[in-house]
Amino acid sequence: MVEHRRFGNLLPHLVLLAGVAIVAFPVYLAVIASTHDNTVIANGQMPLYPGSHGLETYWNTIVSGTGKTTRAPVGGMMLNSLIMALGIAVGKIAISIISAYAIVFFSFPFRMTAFWTIFITLMLPVEVRIFPTYKITSDLQMLDSYSGLILPLIASATATLLFRQFFMTVPKELVEASKIDGAGPIRFFFDTLLPLSVTNIAALFVILFIYGWNQYLWPLLITTRDDMQTIVIGIKKIIDVHDALTEWQVAMATAVLAMLPPVAVVVLMQRLFVKGLIETEK
Amino acid sequence: MANVTLRDVRKTYPSGFEAIKGIDFEVGDGQFCVLVGPSGCGKSTLLRMVAGLETITSGEIDIGGRIVNQIEPAERDIAMVFQNYALYPHMSVYNNMAYGLRNRGMAKPEIDTRVQEAARILEIGPMLERKPGQLSGGQRQRVAMGRAIVRQPKVFLFDEPLSNLDAKLRIAMRVEIRKLQRRLSTTSIYVTHDQLEAMTLADILVVMNGGQVEQIGNPLDIYQKPATTFVASFIGAPPMNLLPLRSDEIRSQLGGTGEAGLLGIRPEDFVISSDSVAGGVALDLTIGAIEHVGAETFIYGARKDGAQDVAANPGELPPGDVIVRIPGAVAPAIGERIRAIVPREKLHLFSADGRKRIEL
Repeated sequence: MVEHRRFGNLLPHLVLLAGVAIVAFPVYLAVIASTHDNTVIANGQMPLYPGSHGLETYWNTIVSGTGKTTRAPVGGMMLNSLIMALGIAVGKIAISIISAYAIVFFSFPFRMTAFWTIFITLMLPVEVRIFPTYKITSDLQMLDSYSGLILPLIASATATLLFRQFFMTVPKELVEASKIDGAGPIRFFFDTLLPLSVTNIAALFVILFIYGWNQYLWPLLITTRDDMQTIVIGIKKIIDVHDALTEWQVAMATAVLAMLPPVAVVVLMQRLFVKGLIETEK
Repeated sequence: MANVTLRDVRKTYPSGFEAIKGIDFEVGDGQFCVLVGPSGCGKSTLLRMVAGLETITSGEIDIGGRIVNQIEPAERDIAMVFQNYALYPHMSVYNNMAYGLRNRGMAKPEIDTRVQEAARILEIGPMLERKPGQLSGGQRQRVAMGRAIVRQPKVFLFDEPLSNLDAKLRIAMRVEIRKLQRRLSTTSIYVTHDQLEAMTLADILVVMNGGQVEQIGNPLDIYQKPATTFVASFIGAPPMNLLPLRSDEIRSQLGGTGEAGLLGIRPEDFVISSDSVAGGVALDLTIGAIEHVGAETFIYGARKDGAQDVAANPGELPPGDVIVRIPGAVAPAIGERIRAIVPREKLHLFSADGRKRIEL
């Protein structure tokens, strides 16, 4: 549809710009606040332009943290969060792609039962099964460890379902051609199926990384050591101060830092997304 | 280089459906065998059984003196060209062809020699670095053929390889496949539902219907002496006219025995003439429809009711219609009355159920 309505386009754009402003303003405010001295923020007269303490605040935040409530540098929290988010995203993708491969390409007894069993776990997120999951994690001595943060969260019915749907669209002849070309199930998986799934994997990775990064309840439960805190918990702890002034500039810097990895993942993966959409291979 | 022999091959699906009901035939070394039949006749299933993609319920398949029933597809020394080509979309043309060789652990220089040779034969050299998605249908078809050639297998299997191409390209590729097969003299089995493809490609033609073989033989022999009415109407376009015989008198005039029930006449065997032929058949027709194809013209003629010796088979034609092929230059008009005569040696007689040919 070609339209040449100069003013007709103006109104929608204004509405969209207003929307962007509403969404972006708090983020802007956080960035600005992180560059001012705490006293400026605390007395309620923070200006809307950047202050002069930016570098100092970020440096202190990353290297030493608040020193009062979290007792750990935010740099370490970011590393914990990164390991957890990557572990969850990679683990979920690895497990679900293998499960989907088994369900779609192999016929074994109770195949559909297996599929539905996986499917039912959609209704059992961590929050529902939190007590038994905690008990098992504790029994396996996985409290306060990366495996404890990651493993209980990596089974994914959604991802399995997504890969299943995609695998079912792979032409049967491709499997047969591979068989004739002497590629066994493992070769077929790595040589053909995995390269074809790249765009699906990228899409899932974005969603799952953010899911992992934003985990709050589970890390809160199973980590007690300061050096195992994740950044999302860190923010909460930095804000919740008793009998003292909240160090807002540190809290805001932490919030900004917490935003960066998910943003980076989205930006980087988006390129792969688009590439995948243009080069329709199949 | 190998013979392919099928001995009483059967396929029954778990649902109880019998897809292949006992098939025997042999394809000699270097021969081009075409399996032809309507969709659902089991021809593709049979090919996939030879390839090892379907299990064999009973019977034996022998490739080059080795019974392959329990052997994996990759070990059978066959190569297959699929209807939708089944190229690996993420691999370059070169890698598509080299993949099977690499999986066999062949040395790189040898792979390269073979791929380059195949690319030269198929004239796809400039496309080796492209992905299948960037190729046209005909080019993909060539790559699929290339993937089969580089393997230098004992047997080529083709599963309707031309049906995704447009009509013009199909004819060109048909000729090329035949040339290529002659040149490599590799035993080939080719599945198609197109009788023209079947006739032009085959050394041995296997006409299948309902999971059974109707007739096996040289294409021209099958055309000239179809064993059943199914073969008669399937091979040849437009199909053979099949007319039920009404009385014993006609039967004896034609020289057939009591079991003769159907008279078959190929459209091209008619001659428009007012003469009568001794021992032959003459039909008085009113032209109902005309199809000009250029080189030839097809006349759909209605026989005058009652006055005729034979009646059209309602299954094959509109009631009472007979197809007559005449040279394209002759221009009859609709409604015109003509007499079409057929000499005795061009007549085909079949039993009433169509399962048996009766020699005149």
